[in-house]
Amino acid sequence: MAKVKTLILRAPGTNCDEETTFAFEQAGSAVELAHINRLVGGDTSLSRYQIVVIPGGFTYGDDISGGKILANELKLKLGGDIQRFVERGGLILGICNGFQVLVKAGILPPVENGQRLTLSGNDSNRFECRWVYLQIDPKSPCIFTKGISAMYLPIAHGEGKIMAEKETLDKLNVVARYADEKGDIKAGYPHNPNGSADNIAGICDATGRIFSLMPHPERFIRWTQHPRWTREAPRQHGDGLGIFLNAVDWVKHS
Amino acid sequence: MSRVEVSVKPSLPDPRGEALKADIRDLGIGTVQQVRVSDVYLLEGDLSRKELETICRQLLADPVVEDYSTAESPPTPPDAHAVEVAYNPGVMDPVEESVSKGILDLGVKHIDSVKTAKKYYLSGNLSASDIELISSKLLVNSVIQHVVTSGEKAALPPASYSFSLEKVELLTLDDGGLTELGREKLELNLDELKQIQGYFARIGRNPTDIELETLAQTWSEHCKHKTFSSRIRLGEEVIDNLLKSTVMRVTEKLAKPWCLSTFKDNSGVIDFDGRYALCFKVETHNHPSAIEPYGGASTGLGGVIRDPLGTGLGSKPIANTDVFCFAPPDFPHDKLPPGILHPRRILKGVRAGVADYGNRMGIPTVNGAILFDDRYLGNPVVMCGTIGIMPKEAAQMGRQKPGDLVVVVGGRTGRDGIHGVTFASALLTGESEETSASSVQIGNAITEKKMIDVLLKARERGLYRRITDCGGGGLSSAVGEMAAETGVKVDLEKVPLKYSGLSYREIWLSESQERMLLAVPPESAKELIGLFASEDVEATVIGQFTSDRHLKLLYQDNLVCDLDMEFLHHGLPQSERKAVWQPVKHSEPDFAEPPDLAEDLKRILGSWNVCSKEWVIRQYDHEVQGGSILKPLSGINNDGPGDAAIVRPLLDSDRGVIIACGINPKYGDIDPYWMAASAVDEALRQIIAVGGNLKRVALLDNFSWGNPEKPDRLGGLVRAAQGCADIALAYGAPFISGKDSLYNEYQTGTESICIPPTLLISAMAVMEDVSKAVSMDCKKEGDLIYIVGTTCDELGGSHYYGLHGAIGNQVPRVNPEKGKKLMDSLSAATEKGLVKACHDLSEGGIGVAAAEMAFAGGLGITLHLDKVPLGEAIARNDTILFSESNTRFLAEVAPEDRERFEQAMKGITFAATGEVNKSDKLEVYGLKGEKIVAAPLAELKEAWQKPLGW
Repeated sequence: MAKVKTLILRAPGTNCDEETTFAFEQAGSAVELAHINRLVGGDTSLSRYQIVVIPGGFTYGDDISGGKILANELKLKLGGDIQRFVERGGLILGICNGFQVLVKAGILPPVENGQRLTLSGNDSNRFECRWVYLQIDPKSPCIFTKGISAMYLPIAHGEGKIMAEKETLDKLNVVARYADEKGDIKAGYPHNPNGSADNIAGICDATGRIFSLMPHPERFIRWTQHPRWTREAPRQHGDGLGIFLNAVDWVKHS
Repeated sequence: MSRVEVSVKPSLPDPRGEALKADIRDLGIGTVQQVRVSDVYLLEGDLSRKELETICRQLLADPVVEDYSTAESPPTPPDAHAVEVAYNPGVMDPVEESVSKGILDLGVKHIDSVKTAKKYYLSGNLSASDIELISSKLLVNSVIQHVVTSGEKAALPPASYSFSLEKVELLTLDDGGLTELGREKLELNLDELKQIQGYFARIGRNPTDIELETLAQTWSEHCKHKTFSSRIRLGEEVIDNLLKSTVMRVTEKLAKPWCLSTFKDNSGVIDFDGRYALCFKVETHNHPSAIEPYGGASTGLGGVIRDPLGTGLGSKPIANTDVFCFAPPDFPHDKLPPGILHPRRILKGVRAGVADYGNRMGIPTVNGAILFDDRYLGNPVVMCGTIGIMPKEAAQMGRQKPGDLVVVVGGRTGRDGIHGVTFASALLTGESEETSASSVQIGNAITEKKMIDVLLKARERGLYRRITDCGGGGLSSAVGEMAAETGVKVDLEKVPLKYSGLSYREIWLSESQERMLLAVPPESAKELIGLFASEDVEATVIGQFTSDRHLKLLYQDNLVCDLDMEFLHHGLPQSERKAVWQPVKHSEPDFAEPPDLAEDLKRILGSWNVCSKEWVIRQYDHEVQGGSILKPLSGINNDGPGDAAIVRPLLDSDRGVIIACGINPKYGDIDPYWMAASAVDEALRQIIAVGGNLKRVALLDNFSWGNPEKPDRLGGLVRAAQGCADIALAYGAPFISGKDSLYNEYQTGTESICIPPTLLISAMAVMEDVSKAVSMDCKKEGDLIYIVGTTCDELGGSHYYGLHGAIGNQVPRVNPEKGKKLMDSLSAATEKGLVKACHDLSEGGIGVAAAEMAFAGGLGITLHLDKVPLGEAIARNDTILFSESNTRFLAEVAPEDRERFEQAMKGITFAATGEVNKSDKLEVYGLKGEKIVAAPLAELKEAWQKPLGW
């Protein structure tokens, strides 16, 4: 059977593309990197891939607001292609800046009439790099987190605070929530590093095939990436690998 | 012109405003009630109402959390004071470029220019003088910004420039005239100008302005390191070339085969694993950071990132380091001399500049230090480093051929940083803020990131023969140096400009950031330019390399510069410098030994130098690229102070690079020789502590010093250079690169405040197997704590003496012969997996190291000082607990490994001196078995975390 093909989208300021490539390769996927200009210019097309990733970074410097300019570019220049890609059953993963992009492009959550949810500045008013515990919502339809109940991953962002009106939040498919090591999602800062509503760290669409999160699963593939690997019992893999394995397996078996 | 103001919805909190409110309260203005911050965009171009609405709704304002107003002047709430702050003409906010792009993406074609501003709404009972204070201390830096009084314009009318060749009357000048010319414009001394006068007399004409300035720049301290290459007389001793006779001598003598390129390229290069090479460079950016901390620090980091990029045929940056020296953040505002920014503001600005640039570049900032001393008040020290990786075959500097094209890539050229280099070689004065404005700019990380992404592709395709960075001295230095052996002809009007109106001179001397220079074979030019264009990066042919060894510059076909490369690069006369070294005798402190040392220990843990830097570290992305093996913070709560960082540059490999640094200016007040020796020892200790070894360690030296024309300053500099060379040689660690920043003095009236002698030793070591790494946090109750190394009565320049108001004279020394044996044995033990935790002993000695290991591991430690091996008779517990003797470690060993560990350490001075327990306390027993410290870990940790817990 042909290898699963993953596209990692690059834009000016993308900076997590190499570790994301490594993660998908470890999960058994073939990976190609493409600059947004190549997609817009038609040198390549989403239709050639089963998985599309918008990785972390500071696209266009996060000027105006995180991911905003790339979000508009996707919406205005590739909107149709993305819609067809989703209808065809493709998977989309947005990590950190990719999450901001998908939200502001109205791709996740899908907008009926205008963007109702956003990711805004952390309550601490600063960029923070720290490790966080996540609780996976068992009711979530997300295919990326199948069989995963909890994760420990690093975050590194200044604009990760989910904000929306209650009815928008109620309709969300929440995949992951910030928690403490015991799994308590009400633990507050710094366990919830940004003040995100309902402690939300990641969401997906109704099909579970479009998934975004602020933490970086691609930064915890090997055990020695864990901040306390020198003092805890070694494990086979980092918690993040499961996300990528799930995605690749799902494509193989569908 | 249209004005758009975007603000957080009134119903929602404004984090930026809240943070600013806290800073205002720190200023002592407690009456401030609320602060809100708006972003202002000034859009030039004829936009229809509908287009403007689209821009606001779809681009500038977030529909969920923000409101926008397109009113000419939106009303200020009755209870609030409004302050609008905009950048000065010529200062480019990177956001402007992004906004223009975003507007074009929306299909709005006729936008001419964008300018940004910030508007602050301050409410509360605030007087006019309060507002004035807030503006000057927090909102505005007059170097780059101003308060908008009347309506701000989006753009100045495009300036025009009409060519006229500027000649300088040089041939007829007498010594007085030459001296004046040198001081006024060029920062050149009389001897140097006489050489130049002689050259132009020989060719029978006066120089043009650009010729003279090219010479001044090429011969500046910053580019030529005149002091380090000068002939120095120190008493009877004559040193012909300080650099060659000290640090470079070490590299020559050791002749390590794995040193691939040292002291000739933009950074030093070593072999990593036979397939890849690593390069490392650390730069100083002190003077710009003093007058505009954010811009100065961000361009400083941006500049050093381009060094590895411009090394060999180009390397990919994998890690950043940063070391800062400031005056204490609690320095009284009312004692601040005129023209100086408060150290707290400098610290915050520098941190933000480094973080914003490094984070956007996607390069992890993994190692560093922050030190404090009153003498850094007017002249902070800001040192940033970058490590890069490249295929081994790309490690050597390229060579262009005559006929190859000169191609500039990356950012455009503006009026930025004209005279930055000569400025860097000058003393700061009260007027620096005004006069040096044009020497400071704001970095644009994304321009540099785009450039790096494509450059590495171009390297893989072999599209260029040689690369270098446009740093200090701009095109003048970059082109001048690259073409030294061949010659070059440049058409200056071809250089892409940010805005019109630049003269040929400004184009040539501009230090605009984010530019690199390539030598491209004509047949590859088309493909190269196309490749860069495909990712929206400009690559422009501006000239051609020749074979006549002349620097020829033309502007619109007029010859404006014709210099002989031989004279430009080898005409600088070696200068003569006089140095004196007078050992200073400090008074020894005279106080009785305190029976309880817990309080003093907490005070050292809470000192600015020793305290936790977590507030800074967390705002750097130290995880990006996924390579971090040992992070800057470690332990059971991820908040203990790690010794060195370990990075795995190739994610599928087990090899790593250890990154460490050593610095302690306090010892320099006693003897710069032993300060330098200690810095080398400290950097190596950190490498051993994390599980590395001395087999493949490369060092970098960064000297930040005072005015070398003053013999006493130079004497100390010579001592320091000799100190680090002697010790590095004995340890077998070659220097691969370095940098000096001199003239770090601050003039107020007649007084000249010199910074403490500051030497940073940065080290990079190859680690064969990162899974052998050891962290500093205690692991398990019942384990033994060994002290490795000899403790002497060496409290000179120590924190403990500092607490008691003294410097003393017994500065820590280094015995590298013993030291090397010790480090080799300890790394052998670690290699065997016998060491569970290890921490190097530096500031605060045994007391601080034990406390840090304990609270980082969340376990108690009990120590017995009577077990500590001493180098001489010591009767006082405080001396043993806080001595800062070099080459010492605390190591945690499991009881079952006791024999094997002691076997591995045979012939080394060491002793089991304590044990790990569950007591949640640090307990220390003195020479007579009396309890001298019994402190709960929570208290020790609180003392350590509080000072910078912002």
